Amino acid sequence: MAELLRAEGITKRFTGALALDGVDFAVNSGEVHVLLGENGAGKSTLVKVLAGVYRPDSGSVRVADGVNLAVIYQELTLVPELSVAENLFLGRPPRRFGVVDRARMLRDAVGLLARVGLRVDPATPVKELGIAQQQMVEIARALDLNAGVLVLDEPTAVLTDTETDRLLEIMAEIRDQGVGLVFITHHLDEIRRIADRVTVLRDGRSVGVLPAGSSVEQMIELMVGRAISEQYPRRSQEPGDVLLKVDSLTRDGRFTDVSFEVRAGEVVGIAGLVGAGRTEVVRAAFGVDHYDSGHVEVAGRRLPGGDVRAAMRAGLGLVPEDRKGQGLVLTSSVGENLGLVTLRSATRAGIVDRKRQRRHADEMATALRVKTSGLDQEVRELSGGNQQKVVIGKWLLADPRVLVLDEPTRGVDVGAKVEIYELINRMTAAGRAVLLVSSDLPEVIGMSDRIVVMAHGRVAGELPARGTTQDEVMALAVQEFSA
Amino acid sequence: MTTATARTGVDARKILSENGALGGLVVLVVALSILAPTFLSTQNLINVGVQAAVVAVLAFGSTFVIVSGGIDLSVGSVAALSAMVGAWSSAEAGLPGPVALLLGLATGVAAGLINGAMVSFGRLPAFIATLAMLSIARGLTLVVSQGTPLATPDVVTFLGSNLVPQVPLPLLIMLVFFGITGFVLSRTYAGRSMYAIGGNEEAARLSGIDVRRQKLVIYALSGLFAAVAGMLLAGRLASAGPQAAVGYELDAIAAVVIGGASLSGGVGRAFGTLVGALVLAVLRNGLNQLQVSPFWQQVVIGVVIALAVLLDTLRRRSR
Ligand SMILES: Nc1ncnc2c1ncn2[C@@H]1O[C@H](COP(=O)(O)OP(=O)(O)OP(=O)(O)O)[C@@H](O)[C@H]1O
Ligand SMILES: [Mg+2]
Repeated sequence: MAELLRAEGITKRFTGALALDGVDFAVNSGEVHVLLGENGAGKSTLVKVLAGVYRPDSGSVRVADGVNLAVIYQELTLVPELSVAENLFLGRPPRRFGVVDRARMLRDAVGLLARVGLRVDPATPVKELGIAQQQMVEIARALDLNAGVLVLDEPTAVLTDTETDRLLEIMAEIRDQGVGLVFITHHLDEIRRIADRVTVLRDGRSVGVLPAGSSVEQMIELMVGRAISEQYPRRSQEPGDVLLKVDSLTRDGRFTDVSFEVRAGEVVGIAGLVGAGRTEVVRAAFGVDHYDSGHVEVAGRRLPGGDVRAAMRAGLGLVPEDRKGQGLVLTSSVGENLGLVTLRSATRAGIVDRKRQRRHADEMATALRVKTSGLDQEVRELSGGNQQKVVIGKWLLADPRVLVLDEPTRGVDVGAKVEIYELINRMTAAGRAVLLVSSDLPEVIGMSDRIVVMAHGRVAGELPARGTTQDEVMALAVQEFSA
Repeated sequence: MTTATARTGVDARKILSENGALGGLVVLVVALSILAPTFLSTQNLINVGVQAAVVAVLAFGSTFVIVSGGIDLSVGSVAALSAMVGAWSSAEAGLPGPVALLLGLATGVAAGLINGAMVSFGRLPAFIATLAMLSIARGLTLVVSQGTPLATPDVVTFLGSNLVPQVPLPLLIMLVFFGITGFVLSRTYAGRSMYAIGGNEEAARLSGIDVRRQKLVIYALSGLFAAVAGMLLAGRLASAGPQAAVGYELDAIAAVVIGGASLSGGVGRAFGTLVGALVLAVLRNGLNQLQVSPFWQQVVIGVVIALAVLLDTLRRRSR
C-alpha cells in the first residue's frame, strides 16, 4: 500500500488554545483512515492543516507526487444563491468558446447527482435545499474532483440513514480504486462499518491508533479517557397536563392534518425521513413560518400563528436544525450568544443586567462543557460540536415550558451527548416537556417516551418508545398515503 | 472548560492592535506636528475638535445602523432639515428658542422613524429607503428655507459657542454622545440586539428579538443624532443653511468604517467611530495646514479610507 500523504509533528496554536500538539498522521492508498476525538480535540484543525488552509506552527505535511487532495469541510461551503449545477462546477464550469456551456453543465450535473442518489433539479438554487441535500451536493462536487486523497469532515452529521448508507457505499467503492480517505464522524457504528484504521485525538494530541474492528467501548475509552455506562440515560416519569397541542396543522403542499400532544414531564420524539415535513411542522408551530389551517396550543393557550414572540411568551422554544444559518450570531462572542434568548428577561428599563447574563452563560458553558478560551471568544472560533452546544445552551437558559429540539446533537461527541440528555432529563423532571426531532433513530428511541412518525407531511403513526425497534419506526416512515 | 478571562489593566499594545485606526491617528498627529508647526497650537487643535464633533455625532448614529447590518445615507440631509426646521420655527414662526430646538430634534426622529418603517415594514433595502430620504429631506430643507439661510435661535447658537474661552461646547457634546453611544451599544437591550440583528438576522428573530421594532428604534436614533449634529453645525455658524452638511453622510460612514466596523454588520464600537471621526478631521485640517489644494484633499481622503479598510481586513485575516 503506497503512502499518499504524511504529516509529522504538527503543532498549531491559536490565541488562547493549543489546537494540535505534535500530531503524526498518514494516509495510504486504498484505506479509510478515521479521525476520532471529542468536540474540540483538533480534528478539523488537522484537516485544515493537511489542506494548506492553516500553516502549522511546526511540523510538516508531505504529499506523494501527483496526488491531489479534495476536502469536504465541516461547515458547508456552497453559495446559497447559485443553483445546484453552478455550485457543483464552481470555479471550473464547462466552457465552449470561452463562454460557460450551461446546457452541458446541467447535463453533467444530472450524472453527478445520480451518483450520490440525490434527486433534485440541478437548476434549483441551493438555498431552497434542506441541509442534508446540501451536504450531498458537497459530496458530489468533491467526488468529481477525482482526488487521490479525499477528506470528509463529519459529512454524515446532517444525513439520515439512507443517505449515510449510500455515502459509505461510495466511499468503499473509491477506496477499492486506490483512493485514500480520511473520515471524521461521531457515529461510532459508521466507524465499525468502514474504518481500516482509527487515529484518536485527545486535546490536540494523538493518543493512539486502533485497527479495523475495534469495539465501540475501546474507541470511547481512548477518546474520552473513561467508559460511558449508559448512552441513553432517559428517566421517564408519569406525564402531567398537556403542555403542547398541535391540532390538524396544515400548510398546503408541505404538511397535512398534523396532530399530536406533548405532556408535562414527557419527551416526545418525531421520526421520519428527510422531506417528511418534521422541521416544517415545528417551525410553523413556533411561528417562524405560517400555516394554512389548524392550530397550536401551549398550556391551553392558543397561539396566534406566525408570531415567534407570542410563542415564546406562551412558553415555547425551538432549537433550529441549522446552527450556522439560524442558530448562531457568528460575529458575536460565546457569552453573547448564550444570552440571546434571555436578553429580554434580563432587561430592566432598557438596560441589560450583564452581570447576571454572564453568570448564567458561564454556568451553562460549564454544564455543557463548552470548550472555549472564555465567554469573550468569538463563537465562530469554536469547533463545530461546541458551537452546537451553544445553540442548545441559550435555549436551556431560557427554561421554556416546552422545548422543541430539531436535530440537537448533530456533530456532538458521544460524551457530550450524554450530558445533553441529562439536561433533557432535568427539564422533564422539573415538569417541562421536550419535543425531540431527530434523524438519529437510536437517539429518538432511546430518549423519547413516545414517538410520532411522520411520512410525506402526515403523521403516519405513533409508537411507545420502550421496546420499539428501528425497523418498526422505519416501517411507518416509508408508508405511502393514497391521495 | 471555561476560564474567566482576567481583566488586565490598560495594555497599550493590545489597544493599538485592536484599533488599527488609533495607531493611524497617532502616526498622523506626530507627522503633522513635525511637518506643520501650527498644527499643535491650541487654537488649531480646538478647530480640529469642532470639525470632528459634527461628523462624530453623525457617525455615532450611523454606528447603530451599520452594526445592525443597515446603512443610512440620509443623515446629512436630515441634519440640514432638522436645523432648518429649528431656525424657521423661531425666526419665521416666532416660537421660543427651546421649543424650536425640540421641534428640530423631533424632525430628525421623525425622518428616522420613516426610514425605519420603510426598511422594516416596507421591506425596502436600507440603501434605497435612505437614499430616498436623502433627497426628500434635502428638498424639504429647500422648501422650508425658500433657498436662503435662516438665523438660528440663541439656544442653538449657544450650542456652537465656547463654554468658557478655549472650551467649545460642540467638543463636550461630542464626548457626551460618545458616552451615550458606548452605553447604548454595550449595556442596553437595543444595543445588544443591534449586534445580533447585524450578525445574523434570522438567528436574532428565532431568539425572540423583535427585529422590526428594533429597526425602528435604530433608524430613529440615527435620525436623532443627525438632528443634533445639524444643530451643532448651524449653531457654530449661527445660521441654518439650505446646503448645509451636503455629503456628510459619506464622512459619517467613512468614520464608522475607519473605526473598524464591518459594513456587513455585527461589528463596530463607539470608540472606533470616535477615532475614525478624529482621523478624518485631523487629516482635513492637516492638509489645509500644509496648503494642499482642496481638490487633492478629496483624493487623499479617499485613499485613506481604502487603506484603513484594507489594513483592517488583512489584520483580521492574519489571525
Ligand atoms: N480560528 C480559530 N481561532 C481560535 N481557536 C480555534 C480556531 N479554530 C479552532 N480553534 C480551537 O481549536 C480547538 C480544536 O478545534 P477543531 O475545530 O479542530 O475541533 P474538532 O476536533 O474538529 O471538534 P468537533 O468535533 O466539534 O468538530 C478548539 O478548542 C477550538 O476552539
Ligand atoms: Mg470539527
